[in-house]
Amino acid sequence: MEGYLFLIPLIPFIGFLINGLLGQKIGRSGVYCIGCSSIGLAFLFSILAVYQLACSPAEDRLLVQVLWSWIAVGNLNIDVSLMIDPLSAVMILVVTGVSFVIHIYSIGYMAHDESYWRFFSYLNMFVFFMIMLVLGSNYVVMFVGWEGVGLASYLLIGFWYKENVNADAGKKAFIVNRIGDFGFLLGMFLMFVTFGSLSYFDVFPKAVHMYEYGMLAMNSPVMIAICLLLFLGATGKSAQIPLFVWLPDAMAGPTPVSALIHAATMVTAGVYMVARTNVLFTLAPTALLVLVLMSAATAFIAATIGILQNDIKRVLAYSTVSQLGYMFIGVSVAAYGAGIFHLMTHAFFKACLFLCAGSVIHAMGGDQDMRSMGGLWKKIPITYITMLFATIAISGIPPFAGFFSKDEILWKAFTFPYYPVVGKIVWFIGVLAAGITAFYMFRLIFMTFHGKFRGTEEQGHHLHESPLSMTGPLMILAFGSLFGGWLGIPHIIGGYFGHVPNVIENFFEPVFEHSHGIIAAYAGVQHYTSAVEWVLMGGSVAVAIGGISLAYHIYIRRFDVLPDRLAETYSMYHKLVYNKYFVDEIYYHVVVLPFYYLSMFFWKFVDAFIIDDVGANGQAWWVQRGSGALRLVHNGYVQTYGAFMLLGLVVMVWFFIV
Amino acid sequence: MNAPILTYVTFLPLLGVLAILFIPQQSESGKNAIRWVSMVISTFVFIVSLRLYFDFDPDVAGFQFIEKYTWIPSYGITYFMGLDGLAFWLVLLTTFLTPITILSTWTAITKRVKEFQIAMLVLETAMLGTFVSLDLFLFYVFWEIMLIPMWLIIGVWGGERRIYAAIKFFLFTAVGSFLMLVCIIGLVYFHNQETGELTFNLLSLYNTNLARMYEILFFGAFALAFAIKVPMFPFHTWLPDAHVEAPTAGSVILAGILLKMGTYGFFRFAMPLFPDGSAFFTPLIVVLSIIGIIYGAMVAMVQPDIKKLVAYSSVSHLGYCMIGLYVLNRHGVEGSILQMINHGISTGALFLLVGVVYERRHTRLIAEYGGICRPMPIYASIFFLITLSSVGFPTTNGFIGEFLILAWWVQRGSGALRLVHNGYVQTYGAFMLLGLVVMVWFFIV
Repeated sequence: MEGYLFLIPLIPFIGFLINGLLGQKIGRSGVYCIGCSSIGLAFLFSILAVYQLACSPAEDRLLVQVLWSWIAVGNLNIDVSLMIDPLSAVMILVVTGVSFVIHIYSIGYMAHDESYWRFFSYLNMFVFFMIMLVLGSNYVVMFVGWEGVGLASYLLIGFWYKENVNADAGKKAFIVNRIGDFGFLLGMFLMFVTFGSLSYFDVFPKAVHMYEYGMLAMNSPVMIAICLLLFLGATGKSAQIPLFVWLPDAMAGPTPVSALIHAATMVTAGVYMVARTNVLFTLAPTALLVLVLMSAATAFIAATIGILQNDIKRVLAYSTVSQLGYMFIGVSVAAYGAGIFHLMTHAFFKACLFLCAGSVIHAMGGDQDMRSMGGLWKKIPITYITMLFATIAISGIPPFAGFFSKDEILWKAFTFPYYPVVGKIVWFIGVLAAGITAFYMFRLIFMTFHGKFRGTEEQGHHLHESPLSMTGPLMILAFGSLFGGWLGIPHIIGGYFGHVPNVIENFFEPVFEHSHGIIAAYAGVQHYTSAVEWVLMGGSVAVAIGGISLAYHIYIRRFDVLPDRLAETYSMYHKLVYNKYFVDEIYYHVVVLPFYYLSMFFWKFVDAFIIDDVGANGQAWWVQRGSGALRLVHNGYVQTYGAFMLLGLVVMVWFFIV
Repeated sequence: MNAPILTYVTFLPLLGVLAILFIPQQSESGKNAIRWVSMVISTFVFIVSLRLYFDFDPDVAGFQFIEKYTWIPSYGITYFMGLDGLAFWLVLLTTFLTPITILSTWTAITKRVKEFQIAMLVLETAMLGTFVSLDLFLFYVFWEIMLIPMWLIIGVWGGERRIYAAIKFFLFTAVGSFLMLVCIIGLVYFHNQETGELTFNLLSLYNTNLARMYEILFFGAFALAFAIKVPMFPFHTWLPDAHVEAPTAGSVILAGILLKMGTYGFFRFAMPLFPDGSAFFTPLIVVLSIIGIIYGAMVAMVQPDIKKLVAYSSVSHLGYCMIGLYVLNRHGVEGSILQMINHGISTGALFLLVGVVYERRHTRLIAEYGGICRPMPIYASIFFLITLSSVGFPTTNGFIGEFLILAWWVQRGSGALRLVHNGYVQTYGAFMLLGLVVMVWFFIV
């Protein structure tokens, strides 16, 4: 019984069509109803599918539905087919679940917007493509979803297109994403050439098979190339160095969009893709090395930028980039399950944070600057409590969700089997970034909710708690932020409480067993005593608490003087970080402008001058000049003709006689 | 099935011309009558051509609907027509686009309506004839006839610099054609020398064994004629001028169908007639196509004029078709055919869309537009959809062609260099049309 899988993407798609085509006719309640219920139904069917999956024995946890054959040319056979295995099961639950919650939230948030029907139809479209991305059983279907979510993201970032900034941000996101997408496309072609297929069911077994029979060496160039190209795609979609620049600008979109697309689901597509491709990445340790270094750098750099942002959504945006870096650290130290686990917990707490921020912005009448907030906790207590929960979760304080997933990743980095030394360094960077994360997140909390209110009087009167349709989702997500992590309790803690299993790790085992087998056979397993694990765990919690205390010291106790004094003392660093390391400016001058000038050069010089003026018109000019000269001969005067005849006669006579 | 359906399809538009000749165009009602006749007849042609769709048997290799009559026996010239899988789609594309185009001229063309509609119908006959001819002489006749109405359409109903554009269009294409004529005669001569048979029959000429030198020479001439038509870099500069100056209808036909003549010519004539010559020129053609893809996209990106932008993007897209042909296996060719057809549809649509706003505002500068989606939401949505198709967005028609071409291109394992080129190219493609759509869509006037 797996014939209902197609309903999961189909229902949101129908919702998209109805809302998009008839949205203006069916009115507000109609649009809300269709938008939310379609996602709700998709969520229910996902639960059904996952339940069915979980009930079957571990080795055949796989549901497949082939819908139709899409492309069949030569040995390139691409079906439109859907599948659910443990990996996509977790993803689909996160995607449809969080989407559902955020759809509900949007009812309240978009209540005053006249284009609500457009918003809901785009949002449904996004969910449709995201489901295709997650459920597709080959890379082409994934690519369809991959591009589709990019499109939806573009439309939603530029949703308030009447302001140029928003439209530009959308454009930037789309173009940067397209750059990444072509890495994906190329990786896909290379994979097709190497394995003769793009279906998960062919590529991965074949890769394992080829490796076992020595036809494919560990770390072969082609595998490294495939993996790095795919990773380029992932850097675009998941906002990693070097293509992360679009995500902070993407905050121009409505806040539910930031929560859904740019925090919980779409940006994690890259992580999902790498985890899906785990066999190939496992066979290319060098690619993993590149990945882990890039993602550690992303996690750290984005976190430092987050410290000095004043726009509440931008803080969260950089925090997202940084957390995505963590997820990539997870998958790139071959701990694919840990990466996905963090993806899941992050979906809860980051969606919650964004929605809370949305609620704050809603209360502030659209103002996003934290410098004009302060002391809000009395006015909007539910938002405050839920946001505090999510913040503790992201800071990595037990027993909140973020602690378990982040610690899992750090521990796996510490024991990175391929490059142990690099693993230790990455662990160190990760812990440092965790401290910074705790610092800037609590800075956000303190600046927003504590201290004195710094906004205008009018804003002060306007302050109010959001309606239930908004606070309800907040509470659900806060609940997830608190308990979501308990699915993946580490063995040492689980053992302490009497063999509590690491549910999520066991659940994922069928997907990653090949990779784990390959790694264990190739690099062996590093053994540490549980004391080491306890110490590391305690260390990272201590660092997080240190970050929180520092934030408390600077932004509560000495808020009036310390931030400014620090900015003055370290003005150079302050400037550098405050301006986001000038990455946008560097890209603009190093990439965009030269490209533009080159294009102009091609057009104005090569096309207009060389080919047209010198080439085409040049010939015409010579012909004109040449015939102009010849024309002088035929001027119509008999005298001239007579003179020429005489001249010709003279020449001939001279020729014959002499 | 025995009815000479290809002849019907090809020459039916001329019947319309005959009818139009007798309608005076002084009064407004006369003009309308002319439009109606032209519309009805071209729609009728489309319906007749649908017959082809139902009767065409995809499992049969070789040509179908063959018609063969002696024409000029002393030179071995026959009236020889037939369809295969490629020509079939191009014929349908032609009969499909023509009525739409004629419909688009309803309010756009108000002077010399009679002459315009006659030109359109003659053009349709010529295009169809070119696609179905299997006799080189017949082909060449249609090929040259095609030039004249197009030249008139640009030169009479065009924009400000129409004379320059028309002459440029004519000279560029004619130069290639004349060389091709010389080589056709040469080919027939050598075939006669070899077999003693004087014939222009394409299928017989396929079997001619030429000296290598002649193959290279002849292929060069054919390739030049077709490359100008495609247009391949660096013979492309007539296209932007022609597009910009031509009326909407002219642009649609030009981009939708005339450009396909080039790739079709490569596929039908140049490559099978002179395989050695083709092999000799392959590196050059591939390099030029890749340059065209990148170069076209880059130049398109910086165009302030919306029609020029689409024109340069055509250069880029047709580069894909060429690459697809030069994958040199069945699958690459399939991708290339898909790309041709879909480029015809989406680029034709783009020009029509541009025509819609041009008729209202009389400017083609992108910067002049903006915020269109408020007064014209449906238009804007369609525009957006077509643009997506043009950048090869998955699930639109533009995707599969490009995907197949690139997949098989990489499959051929032709070295890392080309691979990298091709990948980057699409990014540029994305850049370019995105720049456009965003400006048109989102900017506020």
